[in-house]
Amino acid sequence: MQSIDSIRRSPGIIPQLYVYDVTNVHRKERTFLFGKVLSADVRGIEGFGVSVEADISDGMPMFLMVGYLASEVREAGDRVRTALKNCGVVLPAKRITVNLAPASVRKAGSRFDLPIAAALLAALGLLEARDLSKVLVAGELSLNGEIHGISGILPMVESARDLGCSSCVVPLANMREASLVSGIQVWGIRHLKELLPEPESGFSGRGRREMEKSEGSESGWNKEGLFDRARQEERLFSRLCRGEGAREEDRLLEDPDYEVDFSEIHGQESLKRASQVAVAGMHNFLMIGPPGSGKTMVARRIPTILPPLRVEESLELSKIYSIAGLLSGSDPLIRQRPFRAPHHTITPAALTGGGRIPMPGEISLGTHGVLFLDELPEFQKTALEILRQPLEEGEVRICRSYGTYVYPARFMLVGAMNPCRCGYYPDRNLCRCGTEEVRRYMGRLSQPLLDRMDICMEAPRLSYEELTSRAPAETSAEIRSRMKRVHALQRERYEGTPWRFNSDLNGAGLEEFCPLGKKEQKLLKDAFERLHLSARAYHRIIKVARTIADLEEAKQIGCGHLLEAVCYRTMDKKFGIG
Amino acid sequence: MEAYWYWLCHELYLERKWARELLRAFGNPRAVFEAPVKEIRKLFPEKTHRHLDILEGRRSWDPGKDLEKQKKTGIRFYSCAHREFPQMLREIPDAPLGVFVKGNLPGEQRVSVAVVGARVCSSYGQMTAQMFAKELAAGGVQIISGMAAGVDGHAHRGALESKGLTFAVLGCGVDRCYPRQNRDIYEAITEKGGIISEYPPGTPPLPMLFPQRNRLISGLSRAVLVVEAREKSGSLITADLALEQGREVFAVPGRICDSLSQGCNRLLQQGAAVAVSPEELLQSLGVDPGKRGGRKRKNKKSLESSEELVYSCLGLQAQHLEEISKKCGLPLIQVMKLLVSLELKGCACEVRKNYYSRVHV
Repeated sequence: MQSIDSIRRSPGIIPQLYVYDVTNVHRKERTFLFGKVLSADVRGIEGFGVSVEADISDGMPMFLMVGYLASEVREAGDRVRTALKNCGVVLPAKRITVNLAPASVRKAGSRFDLPIAAALLAALGLLEARDLSKVLVAGELSLNGEIHGISGILPMVESARDLGCSSCVVPLANMREASLVSGIQVWGIRHLKELLPEPESGFSGRGRREMEKSEGSESGWNKEGLFDRARQEERLFSRLCRGEGAREEDRLLEDPDYEVDFSEIHGQESLKRASQVAVAGMHNFLMIGPPGSGKTMVARRIPTILPPLRVEESLELSKIYSIAGLLSGSDPLIRQRPFRAPHHTITPAALTGGGRIPMPGEISLGTHGVLFLDELPEFQKTALEILRQPLEEGEVRICRSYGTYVYPARFMLVGAMNPCRCGYYPDRNLCRCGTEEVRRYMGRLSQPLLDRMDICMEAPRLSYEELTSRAPAETSAEIRSRMKRVHALQRERYEGTPWRFNSDLNGAGLEEFCPLGKKEQKLLKDAFERLHLSARAYHRIIKVARTIADLEEAKQIGCGHLLEAVCYRTMDKKFGIG
Repeated sequence: MEAYWYWLCHELYLERKWARELLRAFGNPRAVFEAPVKEIRKLFPEKTHRHLDILEGRRSWDPGKDLEKQKKTGIRFYSCAHREFPQMLREIPDAPLGVFVKGNLPGEQRVSVAVVGARVCSSYGQMTAQMFAKELAAGGVQIISGMAAGVDGHAHRGALESKGLTFAVLGCGVDRCYPRQNRDIYEAITEKGGIISEYPPGTPPLPMLFPQRNRLISGLSRAVLVVEAREKSGSLITADLALEQGREVFAVPGRICDSLSQGCNRLLQQGAAVAVSPEELLQSLGVDPGKRGGRKRKNKKSLESSEELVYSCLGLQAQHLEEISKKCGLPLIQVMKLLVSLELKGCACEVRKNYYSRVHV
């Protein structure tokens, strides 16, 4: 290793700065100076490996960065050079080339600062190994060498593990997030100096925080004050990775605590029942009703009756939130079903995800949970129409000239709306909206979107008695336990198929899993003809009937189930025409 | 002569009073058409340029050809001097000078009843209008209304449902469909009755024209049935005009707390006849209701006892299913099922999402 040239005393921030002598490094030992580090970038919710190479050669002194880089990556050059200088590594006046491969993919974001610095250090021989291509490095640098947390660590570390990496170096702020991935060693660092060799003893990992992903070593956890719960979950994950814990209950996270409870809703029996049927089969749900009839109240309580997240759902969600930069450093695992309630001024891009470099939108953030759109007709028409494809496919594809991003979007859509502008239609004593106005208000929702709402329920105005009644109502926990059973039932039934819930079924699935008897078929034929149902509405009714039958744990769909399902069918445009 | 009447109605529809004065002064429309401007100006010195411009327009007008052209469009014109001009319209005060018709004029031998009411109406208003019109039309009565949104439109719909005759009096030209959403009615009425207006084709729906057309609605009918009206409403104007013209006025009673029924209830208080059922209305008009009824019995027989219970709780006013569940004391889910099966049997109607009302069979 290099000798320490001098110990420079500088007043102020850094009292003692070791300056590493790198000027003659190549002459002494090596014929060429080359360093390589593995990093990763994210596309959609999947990470992919990016190798960062640095080369120092004779020639005009310059700092070149190549590899189809966005401007923030290009700027990394200045950050890295300054940060290295402030850690005592002054880059030699030589021709320095940094390449980020594969060069065919555009790289963006600030996560490449640390790998570039590491590659340079490797090229200078300041790292123990010259080839760090089996170690994932990611992080953003500040000018003084501190390392900031970045978004998207979870998918990046996961992709590194899949590439066969044994360890990764991440910002300390992201360490807990990274350690959700099992089968890879995670190093959390706070400062660039922690990568540099100690002046006398060389490369030693001074101040490095290490976390072994095995059950034995408790070291890093307790020192950092991590929760025992996080520890338990980590065990759960690693067990699952080894293929254990196949029991259904083991795959569920524990019930989270919610601030609200279903028992707080008084009256509105029809909304309550409809929302439970909706949750049971993960059907999309539309509530119509006058202001103050409890639509929002019911919507907020829907996550509380959803069964707790399954482990793989939780990981997928955590990945999405990681990319969106919404994970908390202290508890990076998403434990609760998301409830996303964007304001109606939201743009289409914010709803589905978008941007020059696409980011997940609200529908992806609501995956495995509820996307609640209050005042549905007030949303931009384009924003609503754009929901149609994700609602059918369970994912959203965002196309850019340099590639297509796919984000999961398997959410339960809950909509709420007033029946007219003033909100009181059809109570003609309060509502003076003309029929044309009512129709126009309804007309803001297109029929294709309405067709995708499996369950539709109009709420009446609450009476004073209902409002003040304190009759005991079912609590969320009670309903939830019922929902757990129904979801488990569906999971069992759809084992080995692409579907998860009754609402996912397509035509072929309906034939296979929802056979109808003679009597039931006749009833549906009657309904189809008399109520002028569309083919789509017909399928939806069978799916909802399947869910109602599941709630009763009935094997076969009966007439009663179909009748109730018909009652929930989506609003027809003919309503509101006077 | 008809050609000159045509000119008069075409050019002076906004100036009916003056047209009548001109007629009185010159004797007949041809004389008016040929009268020199100077003379007219002498007779009516207070008239402004706007009026005299109409007279200037006579030069570019070729009475014979223009009427021929009009006939080719399928819209017929009847002046008040024409043989086929409805006798009932001749009798009313401020009678029109002529009418434009797309389709047919109401038959003079048959009884006509006007069904009018609020544009912004409740489902109760819609259903009663439709039911009355349907039954009356089935009894051979011609239904006259204004093709407006709400009660008017539903009256036409009801009449068309039982394949009866129905006529719409518009406040615009007969070639225009106003309001647009009643296009289906407009087309159907052209086939099964007639669209009538005293305004020439192409006249836009001006607000000032609508109260005036109401006198034609009541004028063409023997009786006026007001289905739903607020305290201050155009339908009450029609009722007043009807009284003035010596027509009978019927009103459908409503709940006293419904603002939409206050106009009707007020009419009843002032002595209008009560319209309780279409059969009785037909009787009081002296029309034989014919052989009707029986269908209801048959339908009710096939109901189960629980369906019967729910059916008995349904009214003409649409109620939310929670309300119905409370009324009949059955659990919500059961009521949902029963309501749908009633709907499938044709005994109930989902007027609006989850609001049900009884279907009158």
